Amino acid sequence: VALAGGADDDVLTIDGQEMVSKTAAAEHMADTGIDEVVSGWHFRTDETQALEMDTFDNPAMIFVDQAIDMWGTVEGEAGESCASCHGDVDTFKGLSTQMPKVDADGNLVVMEDLVNTCRTDRMQAEAWKWSGGEMQAMVSLIGHQSLGMPMNVAIDGPAAPFWEQGKEMYYTRYGQLELSCANCHEENYGNYIRADHLSQGQTNGFPTYRLKQAKLISKHNRFRGCIRDTRAETFAEGSDEFRALELYVASRGNGLSVETPAVRQ
Amino acid sequence: MKLTALTAALALTAGAVWAQDVAPTDVSYSEYGEVATPLTAEAGDAERGMQVFSQRSQGNCVACHVVAQYPDIAFQGEVGPPLSGVGGYRSAEELRGIVANAKMTFPDTVMPAFYKTTGFIRPGDAYTGKAASDDLPPILSAQQIEDVVAFLLTLQEG
Ligand code: HEC
Ligand code: HEC
Ligand code: HEC
Repeated sequence: VALAGGADDDVLTIDGQEMVSKTAAAEHMADTGIDEVVSGWHFRTDETQALEMDTFDNPAMIFVDQAIDMWGTVEGEAGESCASCHGDVDTFKGLSTQMPKVDADGNLVVMEDLVNTCRTDRMQAEAWKWSGGEMQAMVSLIGHQSLGMPMNVAIDGPAAPFWEQGKEMYYTRYGQLELSCANCHEENYGNYIRADHLSQGQTNGFPTYRLKQAKLISKHNRFRGCIRDTRAETFAEGSDEFRALELYVASRGNGLSVETPAVRQ
Repeated sequence: MKLTALTAALALTAGAVWAQDVAPTDVSYSEYGEVATPLTAEAGDAERGMQVFSQRSQGNCVACHVVAQYPDIAFQGEVGPPLSGVGGYRSAEELRGIVANAKMTFPDTVMPAFYKTTGFIRPGDAYTGKAASDDLPPILSAQQIEDVVAFLLTLQEG
């Protein structure tokens, strides 16, 4: 496929720190035809790109600041805040690069699961809604601690069956339009589909701030939207299917810097 | 639509209602994916076909295809080949087959089938994200297929 518009050659720095926004694809990508993985940032307009390059201009940072407040706020029957158990949030530096991961019980968990387990089991507070403002702000705050670090999710060992499930989903042609993730993000990245410049559909910038919606978008919300657009019955946010898909998609971006919270149109 | 049925109907009720449209499950494709018989009795209308081609709520073909002679259609996509001259090298039969179910002509193509109602994985109710009801309508009607074929035949540039 000809890459008409393609990825641009700009360099992504955030507050002066250079990000790895293009890099050699991981070994497991050998049969995809993609030898270089590219951040979604390279497919956006200069104006949108600029908003991500300086945290003062990044409209998502308001939500990160709100999450800092929530971090120190006591909620729930146990009378605890995140801070009372975890101290400074920078103890989570690097965690996002490994997510999703398999926990001690053998379950595949994503960041939203970790946060809600602490909310319900340890704080005795109410679970946050998956794509709700609080949850995505907290996921952004935790993700932001890994800014610039390379994504490095494990796909072997106990993760292997989940990864296989996610891979199978990635290549399934869902819906009445019979389109798979790969049809758009592997075979056609760089091309325009109507007004949209198709990227590789990487998740290293999530949660992303969408200018159109003026809020943080979760990975599962993005997956839902993409599947809905194939005229398909989607999966639910927080479903096991989307956890597996999240692992597989994250693994396609291994090596790319965490850009959380990224800015998209 | 069987030719005999069509002519029989014609003989009986000349000038009145033609035989019914060919149902999506009754379309007959040649080995190469062509569909010889029109899906409707009414000839395709190229003007209406242009709407089918360009409107998001209809075929939205421009999501993937450029037609250079219509620069006013905003945001022409590039997932499929430009169609500016397709009427010059493709027959009506070929075009009808490609629009009705492009996979009969190009196996595994990303181009969706516009006149197909079965065989989908998790079919949805249009763009709601909810499951489709059992009688999923095709994306385009038989008449819309004929209209867009008539439009494609007018594209003779380059
Ligand atoms: C009462 C204590 C307590 C509170 C309050 C608490 N946590 Fe935890 N948290 C823990 C413990 C214990 C673990 C498990 C540590 C481990 O697995 O090594 C944990 C694990 C985590 C993890 C996973 C860390 C990892 O490496 O897998 C995240 C993320 C997390 N907490 C976030 C939060 C957030 C956000 C809040 C507030 C909304 C919060 N926690 C509130 C005790 C707490
Ligand atoms: C019909 C085309 C199409 C299909 C099929 C599709 N997407 Fe997308 N996707 C888009 C468009 C358009 C965008 C917005 C522009 C972009 O970043 O590519 C997008 C964006 C994304 C993004 C955000 C990328 C970023 O950097 O902000 C992710 C992640 C994503 N898609 C994942 C998926 C997954 C996973 C699937 C399959 C379940 C999928 N997509 C299927 C069209 C599609
Ligand atoms: C999601 C993308 C997509 C959409 C939507 C789409 N097409 Fe296509 N179309 C393609 C691709 C890709 C091809 C090339 C066939 C192949 O895969 O080799 C193609 C091929 C064609 C061809 C054959 C061109 C040639 O040179 O032989 C015609 C005619 C055509 N499309 C018409 C249409 C019409 C009419 C519509 C809307 C009713 C439409 N397409 C919608 C992607 C699309």
